[in-house]
Amino acid sequence: MSTLGAGQPPILPEPGRARAVAGLAALLLVVVLVVGGAWRNTRHVIADHADRGVLTEIAAVLPAGLYDNSPARDLVQLDTGGGQPVPVHRARRNGRPVAAAVTVVTPDGYAGPIRLLVGISTDGRVLGVRVQAHTETPGIGAAVAADDSPVLAGLVGRSLADPPEARWTVRNDGGEFDAIAGATVSSRAVIGGVRRAVQYFTTHKDEIFALPTAVAGQ
Amino acid sequence: MTNDRDTGKATHGPWWSTSGLVGLAGLFPLLAVSRSFATGLALGIASLAVLCTSNVLVAGLAGSIPSRLRVPAFLVLIAALVTAVDLLFQAHWFALYDQVGLFVPLIVTNGLIVARAEAVAAHRGWWRALLDGLVYGAGFTLLLSGLGAVRELLAPALLVAALPAGALFLLAALLALRQAWLHGRRSP
Repeated sequence: MSTLGAGQPPILPEPGRARAVAGLAALLLVVVLVVGGAWRNTRHVIADHADRGVLTEIAAVLPAGLYDNSPARDLVQLDTGGGQPVPVHRARRNGRPVAAAVTVVTPDGYAGPIRLLVGISTDGRVLGVRVQAHTETPGIGAAVAADDSPVLAGLVGRSLADPPEARWTVRNDGGEFDAIAGATVSSRAVIGGVRRAVQYFTTHKDEIFALPTAVAGQ
Repeated sequence: MTNDRDTGKATHGPWWSTSGLVGLAGLFPLLAVSRSFATGLALGIASLAVLCTSNVLVAGLAGSIPSRLRVPAFLVLIAALVTAVDLLFQAHWFALYDQVGLFVPLIVTNGLIVARAEAVAAHRGWWRALLDGLVYGAGFTLLLSGLGAVRELLAPALLVAALPAGALFLLAALLALRQAWLHGRRSP
């Protein structure tokens, strides 16, 4: 080429330019078709999964028969000042508040934050607890999240009066709850998270139930 | 050590072309993903699908893309394919997606796929690129699911097998076995 050695070569040599533009345009088209096509074909299925997921999670922490509304849709996103909005599903019976499923993220897990869904009745009792997301060590800390986890089972039926707040922690810290052997940190984090959820809900339940629903059924 | 990694031969079968063992390029996703047979297999198959489609598309497009833009262009293409696989996975294998969903987007960071695109697909016909994707993808799937199966079996008895470090140790053991085997074949 005549420009060889004459300073910076152009980014694209003149003869190839049209071809290069066509190639990049084709690439862009492929990218749009691939992503757009996959999105179009999957979005409804994925939304269904998400809905069903929320229903199962709620059913795990709120006893069926307690409510007659649809807590999955009766959702408010609370700003508790922690940055992330806190989703709260409200359960009502004959229009009157009976319970809520509160999501809490506790930062003090052994290997990172643990996300909990806590079912709490309006009289402040824990109805059920589920670990929704965690990164605890498989085989050790992860045991707190298991379906048959004794830590989660031990929390059901408790309230801020039972045990008193100071004893709302693992036995090692002078509390009332059994930790899972070898997973004291994870157990403590879960119990602390549930306590904070109950504290928050009992303090704010009137405001929470007065709020308009954040997701209009779409 | 000589290998056929850069000449694009796909004739030696999965053992020889298993990128995790030969190139170590695919090492990164091994650690997190090979926790059990099912997760290893799922991610292996997802990688296989991305590898095959990216190889075929690269074979078709490479001729018209200026060589300096090739790698970023391939990356965009691979990222798009991974996004599509992620969505399909989420829609059709939801139970498994629950466990491995976090790692599906990480397939983009798997150097193996870009390496195959650059080394083979960009210079060969589409059917040759597809064959290459199938062989490498199958090797990778075999390695991930095998490692997952071994870790799953060992985990109850040997804690380290369940931890991410266990994947490293097992991979090292596999490499050592392979080296010993190759060595044994060369010097009688």
